[in-house]
Amino acid sequence: MSASDLTTVLICLPIGAAIVVWLLPLSRFATGSLAVLVALIEVALWIEQAARFDYGASGLQNAQKTPWIKDLHVSYHVGEYGFSLFLVGLTVVAMAAAIGYGFWVGRDRPRAYFGLMLFLTGVTVGVFVAQDLLLFYAFFEAMLIPLYVLIGVWGGAGRLGATLKLLLYTMTGSLVMLAAIVVFGLKYGTFDMIASPSSPSRWLFLGFMLAFVIKAPLFPFHGWLPDSYREAPPEVTAVLSGVIAKAGTYGMLRIAITKFPEPTSFYRTAIMALAAASLVYGSMLAFRSADFRGVVAYSSMAASGLIALGLFAGTDLGYTGGVLQMVAHGLISVSLFLIAGAVERRTTTGEFAYLGGMARGRPALATLLMVTGVIALAVPGSAAFAGEFLILGGSYQRAWWWAVIGAAGIVLAAMYMLRLISGVLHEARGPRVGDEAMDLRPGELALVVPLVAVLLALSFWPAGVSGHSFAGNSPTKAVQEQFR
Amino acid sequence: MITTPHVDWFAISTILVLLGASFVALLSAVLVPRSWRRPFAAGVAALGFAGGVVTSVWIYVDSPNGQRVIANSFYRDRWTALAQVALCAVGFVAALVSVEHIPGGRRGSDPARRDDHIGEYFALLLAAVGGMAFIVGSANLMTLFLSLEWFSIALYIMCAIDYDLEGSLEAGLKYLIIGSFGSASLLFGSALVYGATNRIDYEGIAEQVAKLNLSHDTLLVVGLAMLIAGLAFKASAAPFHMWTPDVYEGAPTPVTAFMSAATKIAALFLALRVLNTAFSQEKYLWTWAFAAIAVASLVIGNLAALNQRSVKRMLAYSSVAQAGFLLIGLSTGTPLGARGMAFYLIAYSAAAFGSFAVIAARERELGEPVTLDNLAGFGWERPFLGVALWLFVFSFAGLPVGGGFVGKFYVFSAAYDHGWTWLVIVGVIATLVSLYYYLAIVRAMYMRPSEELRVAPVAGGSPAPERLLHAAVGVALVVSVGTLFAVQPLITIAEHAAAAIPF
Repeated sequence: MSASDLTTVLICLPIGAAIVVWLLPLSRFATGSLAVLVALIEVALWIEQAARFDYGASGLQNAQKTPWIKDLHVSYHVGEYGFSLFLVGLTVVAMAAAIGYGFWVGRDRPRAYFGLMLFLTGVTVGVFVAQDLLLFYAFFEAMLIPLYVLIGVWGGAGRLGATLKLLLYTMTGSLVMLAAIVVFGLKYGTFDMIASPSSPSRWLFLGFMLAFVIKAPLFPFHGWLPDSYREAPPEVTAVLSGVIAKAGTYGMLRIAITKFPEPTSFYRTAIMALAAASLVYGSMLAFRSADFRGVVAYSSMAASGLIALGLFAGTDLGYTGGVLQMVAHGLISVSLFLIAGAVERRTTTGEFAYLGGMARGRPALATLLMVTGVIALAVPGSAAFAGEFLILGGSYQRAWWWAVIGAAGIVLAAMYMLRLISGVLHEARGPRVGDEAMDLRPGELALVVPLVAVLLALSFWPAGVSGHSFAGNSPTKAVQEQFR
Repeated sequence: MITTPHVDWFAISTILVLLGASFVALLSAVLVPRSWRRPFAAGVAALGFAGGVVTSVWIYVDSPNGQRVIANSFYRDRWTALAQVALCAVGFVAALVSVEHIPGGRRGSDPARRDDHIGEYFALLLAAVGGMAFIVGSANLMTLFLSLEWFSIALYIMCAIDYDLEGSLEAGLKYLIIGSFGSASLLFGSALVYGATNRIDYEGIAEQVAKLNLSHDTLLVVGLAMLIAGLAFKASAAPFHMWTPDVYEGAPTPVTAFMSAATKIAALFLALRVLNTAFSQEKYLWTWAFAAIAVASLVIGNLAALNQRSVKRMLAYSSVAQAGFLLIGLSTGTPLGARGMAFYLIAYSAAAFGSFAVIAARERELGEPVTLDNLAGFGWERPFLGVALWLFVFSFAGLPVGGGFVGKFYVFSAAYDHGWTWLVIVGVIATLVSLYYYLAIVRAMYMRPSEELRVAPVAGGSPAPERLLHAAVGVALVVSVGTLFAVQPLITIAEHAAAAIPF
């Protein structure tokens, strides 16, 4: 099988497995094992692809193209660049961890649940590899369908309101994007992201951007975020903030910035201001948040702000930093939400008022939360630090005050992360932390430890991502050439 | 001395097959013993529809160049054939669902009388599809009106077939009265057009308008407006949709399922032909008229659907809204719009038919009308039907799990291509609003525990197997999802069909 076929396999294998799981009356254990197995095969396939990838070459790799709607020049066109390869990697790793977590906690209605998780894996990979605007849109929308049900069925008490908000917010953005796609595709005679020319239209740019800033989300489009992140099952929240949100920032890079150079520079200041606002406001909300998930949820918004700041700085450092930060934050956020789930299972709450003192007698939990938290607050030497440092450098090249705001974000990150760590692990023992609240079990360790290990590896060698995301290490040139 | 025209029997073979089957089914109502009547009539109907599909496909293959036959009163072309295939297919699945669900099993109905009128029912179903298969090929205002009345009368009776049910009778009566109003409008419009042009065949009208430079003639324009109103009645487009919710809610659910798919196919295929053939000079008028009707349907259908608790009623308003999307394609008056509309119609029909069929199953199980409340838990109790309904409504909503997604994309593309970006924006906003009520169905099915429910199934225990209904829903599901993938083949077919229309 060639590496190009693997791109399609990465999309279709989990979707096919989902259909199998839905159709065959397998037992709970068989369903869960099959799902985990497929998720691990996805990771293996991705490693195979990453090993074969030519990081020095420019242009699309592992590409496949088949006409879908010839009439309007729409095709099934998939392929990968360095940065999309890493985002696919993030997806498969995060989904494997999330599916494993679902198996570990034993979600009820296993066939529906695992089927949806597998389906989500396939379509999310699709978002990151699609090279046709309509195909991208189809995957972008298709992500919502499993998410809607996963939150609506397996979520917490306020799930119905949360799903409605999630769907209405994100669909508003996506439908505007659909209109933009229709106009763009018909205007230029093709929906292909590579064949189509760049466009000077500001309206189209805004149409695309609306979808991306809602998905990311950036201030003030984050209304759906707190409810969804709180009500979803922890592993779904992990995927939502770690991977799905990255579809927004990926879209900014791959479509908005690449296809609309003139509008990008026209709106640069405005968008960077929004990004900076998200960073600062998100960090402050995270600091004020009363519960574990709230902190991580708002810190995701801050992270999205930081990533957007880097991408829209439009410099080499900004682009690479943005991509590195997407991957690093994705892993951090998945780990933190899974740990949050573990804590909630033991104490039935995530509120700091009832938590505290969990470090004593629970070394594994304490170590993992500590390590992830320290990486998340971007302590020098960590993967997140590398990403943030690149972004600060990149935005400094644009104008010095962006770097000042970015640096303020890092200080705030230290504040809310330390508050989170001490609120859960240290201080006096919280009223809901009983003696029966055990340390992380082997099953949970098997999920979180690999994620943290990858994060540590990335901390030692951030260039593994940042040095391999763009051909010839010159992202500005690659963007100017529209990744052709 | 009357000269009889040459009759191209092959051109009307689909209609003849359907009428023949209808005749046999009707005879079975008196000749076949009661216990055999239902399977016999249903078998005849299924055979008739299958035969209709075969002959129409044959006509499609055999008529690459369209022509008028039988004294220029009927079109033998691919546009007709495509519509006939779709109509016969809808008829076929409607027959499948009807076997188990006509009459609907409501509480207190007498099981001994279930088979009283089943022969007549299938005869009417076949006749209705026959009339629709005729109207899509009609080439003059006379055949248009005759076939319109032909299938309308069949539908009036089918709506009222559950005659021991107040709602069904009410639906039949309401449809009869308001439908007659629509027919009258269409007939009056035809008369005015004839008055203005002295011709009744579509091509003759266009010729006359061009020759006498009538395109601003008051008589003609008023006639056209009344024709449009009559067609919009049948397509249940706002503001001519008032009958839709009541009739769809009251009629037996298999009939609703059939009507929601088939009448739209017939009315819209016909409308596209009439407008582009007979009134090509008036394009500047009717494109705007239909754009206005499309916007009205989108606004009224979607807003009214938001507030419904009865699922049938909600889906009825949703069909008004969907008519709006379909009319976007029609209103552009371009080949792109035509094939977009034809494609969307196929995807829409599958989803519309399928969703009502699923509701029929739930209705039978509960013995009372389905509301958002008593739909709770349905998705978990009947996984296949639940997933099917889920996919159907998401296809309506334009999410990429069904052909509705591609259909919307197509009509939006056609609108943009025509220079109507504003219509794309209206469509996008309408889609967004529609999400709210489509999601309400999914929410009701999956996200609320059925313990909240106080109603018990009629018979208790597990529901009837309903194999035929499952088969019909399965067919609809395959078409609905399949249209997402097999876009290009279908578009090519639609493109060839639309080549018969002079744009």
